[in-house]
Amino acid sequence: MSVLVFTENWDGKFKKMSFELVSYASKIAEMLNTQTVALSIGDVQEDELKTLGNYAADKIVSVNNDKLKNLDNQAYTSVIAQVAEKEGAKVVIIAQNNMGKALAPRLSVKMKAGLGAGVSKLPSSVEPFTIFKKVYSGKAYSNVVIKSDVKILTLAQNSFEFEENKKSPAIENFEATIEDVKTNVSNVQKQTGKILLNDAEIVVSGGRGMKASDQWAPIEELAELLGAATACSRPVSDEGWRPHEEHTGQTGKNIAPNLYIAAGISGAIQHLAGISSSKCIVAINTDKDAPIFEAADYGIVGDAAKVLPDFIQAVKDIK
Amino acid sequence: MKILICLSNVPDTTTKAKFVNENTAFDTTGVQWIINPWDELALTRAIELKSDAANSIENITVITVGGKDAEPTMRKALAIGADDAVRIDAEPTDAYYVAAQIAEYLKSNPFDLIFSGIESADYNGSAVGGMVAEFLNAPSVSAVSGINFDSGQVKITRDIDGGNEDVSVELPAVLTVQKGIAKEPMIAAMRGIMMARKKPLNVVAPVEVEALTEIANFEMPQAKPACKMIEPENVKELVDLLQNEAKVI
Repeated sequence: MSVLVFTENWDGKFKKMSFELVSYASKIAEMLNTQTVALSIGDVQEDELKTLGNYAADKIVSVNNDKLKNLDNQAYTSVIAQVAEKEGAKVVIIAQNNMGKALAPRLSVKMKAGLGAGVSKLPSSVEPFTIFKKVYSGKAYSNVVIKSDVKILTLAQNSFEFEENKKSPAIENFEATIEDVKTNVSNVQKQTGKILLNDAEIVVSGGRGMKASDQWAPIEELAELLGAATACSRPVSDEGWRPHEEHTGQTGKNIAPNLYIAAGISGAIQHLAGISSSKCIVAINTDKDAPIFEAADYGIVGDAAKVLPDFIQAVKDIK
Repeated sequence: MKILICLSNVPDTTTKAKFVNENTAFDTTGVQWIINPWDELALTRAIELKSDAANSIENITVITVGGKDAEPTMRKALAIGADDAVRIDAEPTDAYYVAAQIAEYLKSNPFDLIFSGIESADYNGSAVGGMVAEFLNAPSVSAVSGINFDSGQVKITRDIDGGNEDVSVELPAVLTVQKGIAKEPMIAAMRGIMMARKKPLNVVAPVEVEALTEIANFEMPQAKPACKMIEPENVKELVDLLQNEAKVI
């Protein structure tokens, strides 16, 4: 028996999310009194694989095959299922990101294992296996019982406080059976030098109150200063002021940074749904009755165009 | 080429979530029902693609798993421009159940492309599209933000975690789509609304499938303490609070 966790790497280096996942998986393994097995797909060196042991992985299974160079949902699902079976996995943990959303549903069907999508806490009980997840885009939560023998959970990003717990895991190279892949990837554009919105610990976000697309300099400057990612509200991306990847809210990205700074965003219910999991929210808006202030921890009633330069200066002063 | 679009009938996104029966059921009182926003974008893109005869798309069908109360939403999809609709007459208990029903329908009614929104605005499972694909042993592409046809080939752009990729797949395939695929959802014109009444809405009996999950109950988020207001002249104080009280910078 085991808890299996699927880790992702970026050019051979694990993402922070992978450590969150392993740490989370190890806590569930504790609840089930079993061991944590981490699966890595791709070309990852032994030294890097070992870092998963810092977060209590008992064993690491590494699968490296040229056919897995690009994400083919069927092939990846099949590899995870083969390893899950081999390791007698009772629970499989995957990230609730683009890759996880592509794989977890397929795996659920392949293994006839109930899916708990987007969990942010440990299960409240393992018998019955009960998970806690957002519903109605964060306007409420639900306790969901997974009835199948094997369970699949996807963990919401930046939702679980991971901790170091060093172990010395054995590393096993596993030759998975891989059929011909049906997905052909012709061109990859990677964002470089930019902090990804879903990974960011701090996010600076602008709304219609910024007035025009050429007014984004203070948002970008503040973001750069804080090591933050930039985001925007739906009207801003609909107007084409900012790319759709930056849209946070119910139909855009759901994020949970430590700090979310909302400049010129009134806080429509759909926007709040996407950002309400942020640990601390700062709102700057001219309208003192704007709903964003109900969601915020700290608020300033004022014009973001005037407040942001002072904000930037004040941050420079403490750095 | 035939396109199938999986639709969810969900509460309007401005709805405040409330629950009844000791928090075990969603309170539908006064709720407006809409096409799940991502599914609506999928439908919009399908109609845009069909309007170019070179793409030779003969049919766009919308499908849902739901009771009779889902029919106004299906009619809306027909008014926007779907050619016909299928309702599998069952309560959608969980994503596995819904996907199994749609996959069963597809086994006797094949389609070339199946679109599904990346998420539904109610249970946020991001699951149905991928599950349908696995049931059919068909390829799937997730987080699709662009679909174009180029001399019979389907050209797909998908978002990856930190970039995007141009992808092509063997058909039939399932694409789970997100923002970016269409600019804005199409709105039904009066003529479309009139025509929608005459378009077929077929009701299909469900097959027996056991759901793998069950909602025990719902909870409301904990109330937040009141927002601490700072004067606009005192941004220094805000930065101090973020550093020393909230400890986030």
